[in-house]
Amino acid sequence: MSMISGLLDYLRGNEKKTAAVAKERLQIILAHERAGRGSASPDYLPALQEELMAVIAKYIHVDRDSFKVQLGRHDQYDVLELNITLPDKSNGR
Amino acid sequence: MALQVKCATSFFFKVVNVAKVIVVTSGKGGVGKTTTSASFSTGLAMRGNRTVVIDFDVGLRNLDLIMGCERRVVYDIINVINGEASLNQALIKDKNCDNLYVLPASQTRDKEALKLEGVGKILDELKESFDFIVCDSPAGIESGAFNAMYYADEALVVTNPEVSSVRDSDRILGILAAKSKRAVDGAEPVKEHLLVTRYDPKRVNSGEMLSVADIQEILRIPLLGVIPESQMVLQASNSGTPAIHLEKSDVAEAYRDVVGRFMGEALPMRFTTEKAGFFKRLLGGN
Repeated sequence: MSMISGLLDYLRGNEKKTAAVAKERLQIILAHERAGRGSASPDYLPALQEELMAVIAKYIHVDRDSFKVQLGRHDQYDVLELNITLPDKSNGR
Repeated sequence: MALQVKCATSFFFKVVNVAKVIVVTSGKGGVGKTTTSASFSTGLAMRGNRTVVIDFDVGLRNLDLIMGCERRVVYDIINVINGEASLNQALIKDKNCDNLYVLPASQTRDKEALKLEGVGKILDELKESFDFIVCDSPAGIESGAFNAMYYADEALVVTNPEVSSVRDSDRILGILAAKSKRAVDGAEPVKEHLLVTRYDPKRVNSGEMLSVADIQEILRIPLLGVIPESQMVLQASNSGTPAIHLEKSDVAEAYRDVVGRFMGEALPMRFTTEKAGFFKRLLGGN
């Protein structure tokens, strides 16, 4: 079905041009790669995340998926961002 | 294919100027670094600049073939660094141009034989007798490419209108900005120039190739020129003649424009739009 509609799009000339797709993909991946390049070695991030999670798990029951550590930049500052989604009260200790 | 050999006369007076080191780099292989190094250095020499072009691809030298001097290679850059030959012994005078010399890479050693310190010493020595030192970088981001770019004052970033080439160019720009000598010393940053090669305006128009504007928007560096895709490049390499010498070829003209712009001339971009076909021209279209 999708192949047929794709073919129809192609015949009608509606299909997104591949050059536009290429540009979009490059903009996304390069924004990501440039962000990683400037910051001080983010090699320690996974270990930091693990340890922080271990500490927090001592007190609050949190899901692995609801825990995020990110290193970013805001104006002139490097920002270490912790994002934890706390569980509903009923599930907590 | 006819050869057009133009060589400038040397001048008695020369304003004392500091030699410029220019790296031709890209990250990705096969995009036209050596083709560009050969034509760019030839173009500089044709304008009367004393120019030397150095092959940094140790172990896989090819600049000698593209310049057509492969049978005259006796010594190479590693011999000079190791003190086995003098710079004068290793430099090969170009067959077409008085002001142009080629310093070949070693074919037998591995790339680790080239050290940053040795490169610096050679460049300092070359700066005494040349106006422009063009460094033809190998592909990749390992030591060979790093040696070629470390001392650069300016960089020609050769990019094909294709995703992997654009990404690799961005990576190279990041390295130039962070790890080149100018970056390490905190000096004025390496001056970057974008050179888009193997460009096919027809495919750009039909939406199947990134446009120059797209690439510029992504890489955000000034455009030095656009070299159209051409079968003449293969013919030039077949015969060991830099493409800039080819008569009546778009590629040669595009390279001459690149050299002109590099020397500060304001030349409009050419070969970025589709050539009008016979019927279009007949109908008065553009």
